[in-house]
Amino acid sequence: MTRYLLVRALSLSLSLIVASVVIFAVIEVIPGDPAAFMLGLNATDESIANLRAELGLGGSLTERYANWITGMLRGDFGTSYTYRVPVADLILDRIWVSLPLAIFALILSTLIAIPVGVIAAATRGGAGDFSIMGATQLGIAVPNFWFAMLLVLLFAVTLQWFSAGGFPGWDNPAAALKALTLPAIALALPQASILARVMRSALIETLDQDYIRTARAKGLSRSQAIRRHALKNALIPVLTIIGLQFSFLLAGAIIIENVFFLPGLGRLIFQGITQRDLVVVESVTMLLVFAVIVVTFLVDIAYAIVDPRLRRR
Amino acid sequence: MIEIEHLTLGIRGTPILDDVSLRIEQGEIFGLVGESGSGKSMTALSVMGLLPRGTTINGAARLDDVDLLTLREHDLRQIRGNDIGMIFQEPMTALNPVQTIGDQVAETLLIHDAADRAEARRIARDRLDRVGLSHIELDRYPHELSGGQRQRVCIAAAIALHPRLLIADEPTTALDVTTQAQILDLLKGIVAEENMALLLITHDLAVVSDMADRIAVMQNGMIVEQGETAQVLRDQVHPYTSALFAASAHQPDRTEPAQSDAILSLRDVHRHYPGPRQGFIRGDPVRAVDGVSFDLQRGESLGLVGESGCGKSTLTRAILGLDPVTSGQIILNGAEISPAMPRARRAQMQVVFQDPYGSFNPRWRVDRIIAEPYFLLDAPPHGIDRDDAISAALEAVRLSPGDALKYPHEFSGGQRQRIAIARALITRPDLLVLDEAVSALDVSVRAQILDLLADLQTEFGLSYLFISHDLTVVRAITDRVLVMQAGRIVEQGETQAMFTAPQHPYTQSLLAAAPRLPDDIGERHDALV
Repeated sequence: MTRYLLVRALSLSLSLIVASVVIFAVIEVIPGDPAAFMLGLNATDESIANLRAELGLGGSLTERYANWITGMLRGDFGTSYTYRVPVADLILDRIWVSLPLAIFALILSTLIAIPVGVIAAATRGGAGDFSIMGATQLGIAVPNFWFAMLLVLLFAVTLQWFSAGGFPGWDNPAAALKALTLPAIALALPQASILARVMRSALIETLDQDYIRTARAKGLSRSQAIRRHALKNALIPVLTIIGLQFSFLLAGAIIIENVFFLPGLGRLIFQGITQRDLVVVESVTMLLVFAVIVVTFLVDIAYAIVDPRLRRR
Repeated sequence: MIEIEHLTLGIRGTPILDDVSLRIEQGEIFGLVGESGSGKSMTALSVMGLLPRGTTINGAARLDDVDLLTLREHDLRQIRGNDIGMIFQEPMTALNPVQTIGDQVAETLLIHDAADRAEARRIARDRLDRVGLSHIELDRYPHELSGGQRQRVCIAAAIALHPRLLIADEPTTALDVTTQAQILDLLKGIVAEENMALLLITHDLAVVSDMADRIAVMQNGMIVEQGETAQVLRDQVHPYTSALFAASAHQPDRTEPAQSDAILSLRDVHRHYPGPRQGFIRGDPVRAVDGVSFDLQRGESLGLVGESGCGKSTLTRAILGLDPVTSGQIILNGAEISPAMPRARRAQMQVVFQDPYGSFNPRWRVDRIIAEPYFLLDAPPHGIDRDDAISAALEAVRLSPGDALKYPHEFSGGQRQRIAIARALITRPDLLVLDEAVSALDVSVRAQILDLLADLQTEFGLSYLFISHDLTVVRAITDRVLVMQAGRIVEQGETQAMFTAPQHPYTQSLLAAAPRLPDDIGERHDALV
C-alpha cells in the first residue's frame, strides 16, 4: 500500500514538472516576443521595453523558468499586467467561488447519479431503465448554458426563489450557498447523466459476475447482492469518471460562470486570454494542472481503498 | 428427500428441459452427467429458484413436501444457503474480489440471522478449518489464494449452515488433477459427516463413477438413463450413455512414426523471472523453466504434462518464440528460435490454443481468420490460389469450403477448434503446438478432434507437441510424454510404458489422482464394439 502510494506520488510529481515545462515553453518560447504580443500591434518600442523589464524577460530561459517556479512555490505568481495586482490575489478571490461551486456540483452529480444508475441497472430492460436512459440522453444532449437559462427563468424570474446571478461573498455563508445553487444544478445535471450511465453499465457488468450468483445461492436477495457485493466492485470506473469530472468542473465552468455573473477561475482565464495577459494565463493554467494532478492522486488512493488487489503492489 | 417430477422448462420459447424426474435421498451422492448444453445446470438452478428471466416452468421440485417451484422469492431465500447450498465451476471468479474470505463465509450465517457477527466469524473459522484451510486467516482476500483454496472457501460458505442438500456444478472442472482429487475427497468426507445429500453435476463420467451412488445421464434436456452407478456403467442401456462412455475412453487410430531426425531440440533452456518484491527489494528470481532439454522427432507426437504453475505455459511461449529464454537454446529445423527470428521461421511452426473463440477476431470472416498466418510468408498466394488454399484447409479439417464466408459465432465449439486447426495448417508447418487444444471440449467432440489430429498427422507428416494437464488425452494421442514439475522435466519416456509403470513419485501421484472409469467395465465396452 505504502509502495503503491509512493509510486503514484512520484509519477504525479513528475507529470507536474513536465506540465510546468510545457506551459512555460508554450508561453515564453514560442516565436515572437511576449511583451510585443501582449501590447498588440500599435505598441511603441519604448513601452515594449518597459514591459519586458517588468515581466523579467531579461535573463536566460533557465533563469526565468527557475524564477517562475520558485516564485510560485513561495506563492508569488507575478503581477497581472491588466489588473495591476498580484495574480495570487486574483486567484485567491476566484478560487473561493470556483472550488465550492465545483465541489457543490460534484456532490449533486454523485448523489443523483449513483442511485439513478443503480435503479437503471437493477431494472435493466424494464420501464425504469428505459426512462432513465432517455432522461440521461437528454441530460447529455442539452447544452448546460441553455439549461442554466431555463433554471433562471423558472426559479429566479418566475418563482423568485433565487437571484438570477452574482455572488455576495462568503460573509454570509447561507446567501453564498444560495447563489451557487442554480449554477451548481446547471453544472451537475449533464455530469450526473454521464455518471449515471457509467454507473449503470459498470453495475450491469458486475451483476453478471459469478460471485453474484454465489451470493444469490447463499440466500441473498437481488438488492442485497447489489448492495453487499456488486456496488463496491462497480465503483472503480465510476471513481475514474468522478475524478475527471472534478477537474472539468473546476476549470470548465466558464460559460455557466458567465450566465450567472460569477467571478470564478473560468472567467479569470477567459479575461486573461482576451486581454493577452500572459501572466494570468500562465499561472492559472499551472494551478489547474496542479489541481488535476492532486485529484488524480486522490482517485488513486480511492482505488486502493476499494480494491484490495491494488494494495499489495 | 428432494424429488424432481416431470420438470419441463423453456426460455423464451426454446425448450431446455423435457420431463426431467429424479430423486435424491438423504446422505446420497447423485451424479448428473451430460455434455454442455444438455440441461444439467438448468435442472440445478430450478431447484435453487435462480432461473434466468423469461423462463417458463412446469412440473414440481419437492424438498420434503414443499414444492420449491410454487414458493415465492421471499420463501426461497430462506431455503437457499439454509437447506440447499450450491457451489460452481469457476472458483477463480466465484468469490467477491473485494471482500475477505472470512466475511464471505460468515455472510451465509448473517444473512439468515443464524448468528451475531462474532459468532458468525467463529463459525466461519470452524468451517474453513473443516475444509482444510486452517492455515489461512479470515482476513485474506480471494486473489491471495489458489484455485483449489478458493473452491474450498466456496464449499465452506455453502456448508456453513449445514444444508441438507449441496449442489456442486462442475466443481473441479477448472482444477488440476491432484487438486480435483482433493476437492472430491473433501466433498465425499463432508457428505458422510453431515449426512448431507450431494448433487454432483459433471461432464466427466470418470469423476462420478467412483463417487456417486446413483447416476443420471442427460442429453438434450432429457434424462436418458438413470440408476445405480455400477449398473448404469455396466449396462449402458441407452445408446447415448455408451457413446459418452466410448468417447471418454476414446483412442484414435494412429500410425507409428518412422524414427528419424529431431525437428525440435531444446538444450538446457532456462527462463527466470524477477522475484516478487519484498518492500523495495526483489526476492530471488523465479525459475519458471529450470534447465529443460528434449528432442522432438519428425512425425512424432510428444506430450508435455504438468499442473498449473509448473512452467509449461512459460516453456510454450519460449518454444513459440514469443518470449526470450534466459539461457539455453531452442532449435527448430536446424535454426534457432527467438523472438527476433525471421517471420518465415515462424511459419514452420503453428499453434492451437484451448479457447478457439478467444483467439479469433469475432468481426473477421473465417477465410480471413484462416489466411492470417500468410503474413509470415514472403510470397503468400493471391486470388484464386489463396481461395483454393483456404478451401483445402477447411476440407482438411472436415469443414466445407462454403464455411469460409461465415463468422466465428456461427459455429459450435468443436467446429471452431477445427477452424483454429485449419488456420494452423495453412502455412504447411512441420510442427503443431497444441496447447490444451481439446481441454474445453465435450468428450464426444474431443474424440472427433483427436481422430482428426491423428489423421492430419499421417496426411501432412506433422509433428505434435501436445501440452495438457489432462492425462487421458495425452495417453490417447502421444508417442512419448514429458512430465514437468517446478520448471523441470522430472520424467520422460514412451507413453504406454509411463502410464503403466511411472517411475517418478510426482508422475505416480498425478496418475493416482486422475479419475478413471473402472477397468472391467471398459473391457466389457471394448467387447461390445
